[in-house]
Amino acid sequence: MVKLIGLVPLFPLIGFLINGFFGKKMSKGLSGAIASIAILASFIVSLLVFFDLLEHPDTTSHVVSIFSWINSDTLHIPFEFLVDHLSSLFLLIITGIGFLIHIYSIGYMHEDEGFSRFFTYLNLFVFFMLLLVLGNNYLIMFVGWEGVGLCSYLLIGFWFKNTAYNNAAKKAFIMNRIGDLGFLLGIILIFVTYGSISYGDVFGVARGANESTATAIALLLFIGAMGKSAQLPLYTWLPDAMAGPTPVSALIHAATMVTAGIYMVVRSNVFYIMSPAASEVVAVVGVATALFAATIGLFQNDIKKILAYSTVSQLGLMFMGLGAGAYSSSVFHVMTHAFFKALLFLGAGSVIHAMGGEQDIRRMGGLKKALPVTFMTMFLGTLAISGVFGFSGFFSKDEILAHTYEYSPVIWFFGSVTSLLTAFYMFRLMFLTFWGGFRGTHEQEHHLHESPKSMTFPLVVLAILSVVGGLIGLPEFWGAKNWIGEFLEPVATQPLNMLGHDQEIILMSIASVGAIVVIYFAYMVYRKNNVLPLEKESDMKPFQKLVYNKYYVDEVYDFLIRKPLDFISDILSRYVDKKMVDGVVNGVGTAVDGLSSVVRLLQTGNISFYILSMVVGIIAILFYTFIK
Amino acid sequence: MLNGISINMYIMLSAVLFIIGAVGVMARRNSIILFMCIELMLNAVNLLLVAFSTLHVDAKGQVFVFFVMAVAAAEVAVGLAILSMIYRNMKTIDIDELSKLKH
Repeated sequence: MVKLIGLVPLFPLIGFLINGFFGKKMSKGLSGAIASIAILASFIVSLLVFFDLLEHPDTTSHVVSIFSWINSDTLHIPFEFLVDHLSSLFLLIITGIGFLIHIYSIGYMHEDEGFSRFFTYLNLFVFFMLLLVLGNNYLIMFVGWEGVGLCSYLLIGFWFKNTAYNNAAKKAFIMNRIGDLGFLLGIILIFVTYGSISYGDVFGVARGANESTATAIALLLFIGAMGKSAQLPLYTWLPDAMAGPTPVSALIHAATMVTAGIYMVVRSNVFYIMSPAASEVVAVVGVATALFAATIGLFQNDIKKILAYSTVSQLGLMFMGLGAGAYSSSVFHVMTHAFFKALLFLGAGSVIHAMGGEQDIRRMGGLKKALPVTFMTMFLGTLAISGVFGFSGFFSKDEILAHTYEYSPVIWFFGSVTSLLTAFYMFRLMFLTFWGGFRGTHEQEHHLHESPKSMTFPLVVLAILSVVGGLIGLPEFWGAKNWIGEFLEPVATQPLNMLGHDQEIILMSIASVGAIVVIYFAYMVYRKNNVLPLEKESDMKPFQKLVYNKYYVDEVYDFLIRKPLDFISDILSRYVDKKMVDGVVNGVGTAVDGLSSVVRLLQTGNISFYILSMVVGIIAILFYTFIK
Repeated sequence: MLNGISINMYIMLSAVLFIIGAVGVMARRNSIILFMCIELMLNAVNLLLVAFSTLHVDAKGQVFVFFVMAVAAAEVAVGLAILSMIYRNMKTIDIDELSKLKH
């Protein structure tokens, strides 16, 4: 069954080719069906492979060779797929959630003229994402890494007639490029150090290198992860990426692509285990990002922007876990986050759909009657992300926090604050959107409707997963089996949690009670007292204004990086390019021109002169030969 | 020694003939004279080939001379035909006047 793994990325590729070449001639229904069936087929094969792995616990990883890719003197890079517990889990997340989002998109993009183009990009994205997690060496991962970046760019700027959207797409691409440079340098350093970039070769001998090399590799790889997974200081592209259609935000910018950085760190965990310093950097950057983004999320008014900052914050929590050595817990959180964040984005898409494109939660309110299914599913998703006891987010977040507490109580404290803030801004969003009175225009109120079945079906499925998804990672002190921890054991050895049961129960209680208190607080503010977000910036308190404007990070970057770069570019253009480079090129032209106007005179057309020159030449050559 | 004359003499004679031919080609304007000068140069070379052929007792040089003479004859036949056509059209065979292809 594992031999069939090549089919998993093949189906989306075929779907991409069919839609790419013939999409315009096909009906919308057919185009969407082909794309969705391609992903469904991949999902089925992934499931078969997954169960195959479960049935044979002795062999934990299979290398499937597809073809010999690069073969030169000392460099041999085969195109191989690695099927192990980690990649099979990611396969299920990507194809499973990918399929649901494809179904959703059929309904969501129904009116769009670029319908088949959308599915073309979406299938291409899934193909590259599968390549990223399946590759058996860093180069294939890099190809997938760049490929998903490209698809992200294409899909953020999907409505390319809008300049702001195009700028958002460019921003995402360029920010990612900074991270990619780090990743690429990391790969090169791995190759230089170990003479190979295949996982099997490298991880086997990784411990042979000294700690400083491991630190350098780990940090370079982490820079790549910062870009792709939107960590400080490269996170600013993700909120802007909300310019893309909502299913794209759900699939790429919440569930799959942005978790590529976590996949990469988990895959390369040996370097991070070797280098405590690099791990500490990961943990600190993670918790800083988490807290930073969560505070920004408190005062945003765009429903998708809130979710975007929430995603950045959740990714920060995952990196915090990775830094603390909680690899399988972080993968667990990637999975539950994929469920509830995809659900929340799709729910937000359903709301936007019903509101006729309105994204500002100040113009919403009281939508729970008009959109019962969207409301119920989003409510469950919100409970899950807020870490309410029993929902999937609770278990995964709790596991990460427990490990972090052991690693460093300070980081644990900030992580816990972040998760409480999460509960607050998510319930703020829910109360403002679904409760209270309607604050939009009459036209919008008239237009309100529940979304079609193709959109509500994925919501229901994801809601179920968000509720029960935590069951695969129950805490061990319950006497239950932490299935996912054991499952990932062969890939990433996670240090055992040495906390006593009492301590763990205390931590868990703090988180649960804290979440309930914060939710009650949000209820008091936004439901009971009907506080509405301020319309005018001038009414805000200084701190609120600072946060509302996202700490002016974009402006700071603009001032610190873009302006100086612009200035240098301007000088280079004016003096180096126009004066020096152009001067040299034009100078060569003028010199040739001047020289030829002199040499041209030799070409008289007088035959006797030609013959004379020839004879003189021959005599000169003979003379030279004799003298020599 | 060939027929009592040193090989150097042959070389000198052929060199003198060749130089006369070459100078003629360079200096003269009349196409017919040019042709004759070219013939002179060819025959200077022929003379040298034959002289060395006899010196080394090797017939290859003489065979080569026959080829040169045959090709030269063909060349003269074609060349004179061209010259007569040029004269009919241009009323001159001065090579300096023949500059129609120049511009």
